[in-house]
Amino acid sequence: MRTTYDIDVTELPLRAAELLTGGHRLALVAAHHDESGPRVVYLFVAGPPDTRTELHVRLDPGRPEVPTLAHLSFPAGRFEREMRDLFGIVPLDHPLPRRLVRHFHWPRGWYPMRPDAGPPPPFGEQEGPYPFLEVEGDGVYEIPVGPVHAGLIEPGHFRFSVVGETILKLKARLWFVHKGIEKLFHGRSIAAGLPLAERISGDTAVGHALAYCLAVEEANGTEVPTEAQRARAMLLELERLHNHVADLGMLCNDVGHGILNAHAQRVREQLLRLNAEVTGHRLLRGGVVPGGAALHALPDRAWLKAVGEDIREITDLALGHSTVHDRFTGTAILRTDAARTIGCLGYVARASGLADDARIAHPFTPYDEAGLTVPVHDTGDVLARFLVRAEEIDVSLALIKHFAEGLSAPMAVLAPAPTSGAGPRTGVGLVEGWRGSMATRVELAPDGTLTRVKPVDPSFFNWPALPVALADTIVPDFPLTNKSFNLSYAGNDL
Amino acid sequence: MSAVGYAAVVGQIVVVGAGAPLLTGWMRQVRARLEGRAGAGVLQPWRDARKLLRKEPITPVGTGPAFRVAPALLVATTVVTAGLVPLLSTDTPVSTHADLIVVVALIALGTLALALAGLDSGTAFGGMGASREMTVAALVEPTILLSVFALSIPSGTTNLPAIVDGAVDEPARLASPAGLLATAALAVAVLAETGRIPVDNPSTHLELTMIHEAMVLEYAGPDLALVELGSQMRLTLLLGLLSSLFVPWGIATDVSWAALAVALVLFAAKVAVLGAVLAAAEVFCAKVRLFRVPELLAGSFLLALLAVTASYFLSGAS
Repeated sequence: MRTTYDIDVTELPLRAAELLTGGHRLALVAAHHDESGPRVVYLFVAGPPDTRTELHVRLDPGRPEVPTLAHLSFPAGRFEREMRDLFGIVPLDHPLPRRLVRHFHWPRGWYPMRPDAGPPPPFGEQEGPYPFLEVEGDGVYEIPVGPVHAGLIEPGHFRFSVVGETILKLKARLWFVHKGIEKLFHGRSIAAGLPLAERISGDTAVGHALAYCLAVEEANGTEVPTEAQRARAMLLELERLHNHVADLGMLCNDVGHGILNAHAQRVREQLLRLNAEVTGHRLLRGGVVPGGAALHALPDRAWLKAVGEDIREITDLALGHSTVHDRFTGTAILRTDAARTIGCLGYVARASGLADDARIAHPFTPYDEAGLTVPVHDTGDVLARFLVRAEEIDVSLALIKHFAEGLSAPMAVLAPAPTSGAGPRTGVGLVEGWRGSMATRVELAPDGTLTRVKPVDPSFFNWPALPVALADTIVPDFPLTNKSFNLSYAGNDL
Repeated sequence: MSAVGYAAVVGQIVVVGAGAPLLTGWMRQVRARLEGRAGAGVLQPWRDARKLLRKEPITPVGTGPAFRVAPALLVATTVVTAGLVPLLSTDTPVSTHADLIVVVALIALGTLALALAGLDSGTAFGGMGASREMTVAALVEPTILLSVFALSIPSGTTNLPAIVDGAVDEPARLASPAGLLATAALAVAVLAETGRIPVDNPSTHLELTMIHEAMVLEYAGPDLALVELGSQMRLTLLLGLLSSLFVPWGIATDVSWAALAVALVLFAAKVAVLGAVLAAAEVFCAKVRLFRVPELLAGSFLLALLAVTASYFLSGAS
């Protein structure tokens, strides 16, 4: 299922181009520091059928450099910048060799992921001003917003170059929340890694925990019982459900239609209470565990049906309201070719006509008999992103019903504990979280502790699409557009 | 006449000043209850004002007199207007000065003061808010003027107390096509002037979508309390004007303490009902796209124009 090739650095662009033209996408790039020197892993995936190809390149410890893949794949260019900022591995001939993750107060030449990095140093001299592109012309002015906002949202600085009310260019400067999660994984036991994975992005506890567990299980050669996989699939859909409902409500709130938000949040609260019953935690933490799953209770079918009707009423009311419909329609269009080039994932991609879904491409449990359909719209506007969410809620409800069948609660199904040192020692987990496909790659030490965990949130792929969609949109529509993407700052900046 | 007359003027100012935060609190409460929320209570705006007044006054570095004067000017113009327009009584010592054009100019002066303050703050939001507010104001002020003109034609004067007096004597004027068109036009103009949905969203925290709030983003402490009070008073004043013009019954037309007391109670009731209707309507509305706002206002301007035309032809005034 996963093939690994150890290749020479010079071969890399050619092999990558072959894979990318052959229908693969770059899911993850992870740098490592082995005894012998730096090693970079490029994970390419395609599906169905589920195909995962890894290219490993070993670098010269004295001059850690890789040829850039930025001209082949846009996400590759971003992974390379991330790698350079954290590991000091230089992508040669990179078209945009600016810092990405790097906090501007970090001392020059300090790379936090290197083994000799030590504890975080005190903030040093600022590395010069941030290179915002200045737009000039008659009547062009700039609006800087954030990183501290008026509402309770994560930090991000947005700089709009505007003429009148029309956005000419938006630069999103994120990366204010670096927590060193990848470093924190290092040396932990598998069990101690789980709480960390659940907290990568608070609203994606199941998604990240599941990707982590799948990766760890592959590395250990663990066979997870079917029942546990079904329980996990159900939890994954419960997570999609409560997040999508909240988003639908907040989209209505952003166009000033507060009552639908009040009702959507009421439904969300009911779902969170259901989550607490099912897993003991409102955000579904603790449901997915390495080797299995644990459930306290199962959702009631009739109750779920009622919730589904409740949500449908809310979406019908929103779409039937002429002003709301007008605000959604044609706002911030992300075209299909732009979404494909940027490498968008999840509902953002599916609203722009790309039908990618890891539940179909990389299923961890049989989804075909569950009758999974993937809603796709191709207009790429806020309305499409609203509709994709609304339709995914129906699909999720059907999936929850399907996967809950035959499960009994309370239950805790665990695979037999792995014998230490068995298995391939590396593993990859691919999961369709509620925001989109997420990947986690894990490497284990012989004693079973984690030597390297690299999670990738779909937000990392989707953030660059936001400014593209906003070109020629008016400034007051930005909050609505931003909410329709609803990307994670924390998952983006590990 | 004088004692009761002066009492009426003072009463109008006090009622608008003290009642404005209560009206805002009442509208928020109505809206919260309709949305199934508990709400903060009718007194919350007064509590907010108390909190803000206790804070230390701060002005941003680099701001000039326009920024410092604007809150006081906003409240002052509103207080003068509240004294002038016939809210409780049409027969006051100042009623001969209550000309329509003066009133609209005073309201516009308050708007302008805030817009200048927004520009003076030198921030992108201040400028953006000021630009949006002026776009809206440029369409709103003529609409207010025109719709009241439509009502002034039957009375033959632009003096507001005289118009209201005439309507009390001859209620048929209000039910005429001109009266109804003018009501609709003025209602939309009031919504826009006071920054309510569908033009502006007073409860949003999204700084990029704001109109009124964007201009006053730099205010803090007592200045912010004044700005808030000014905006709330304008809302009360305009709703009061709307009720005096179109539901004038109960307003004191002669000089007596009893009439004034009745007028006070009825004024409070009318404005509370209007506020509740407005809050309830907001629940079912969404904010229109910014570029649709001029369309909406142009529509209300057209209604006002039609009202004037209808009033001119149908009343047979020459």
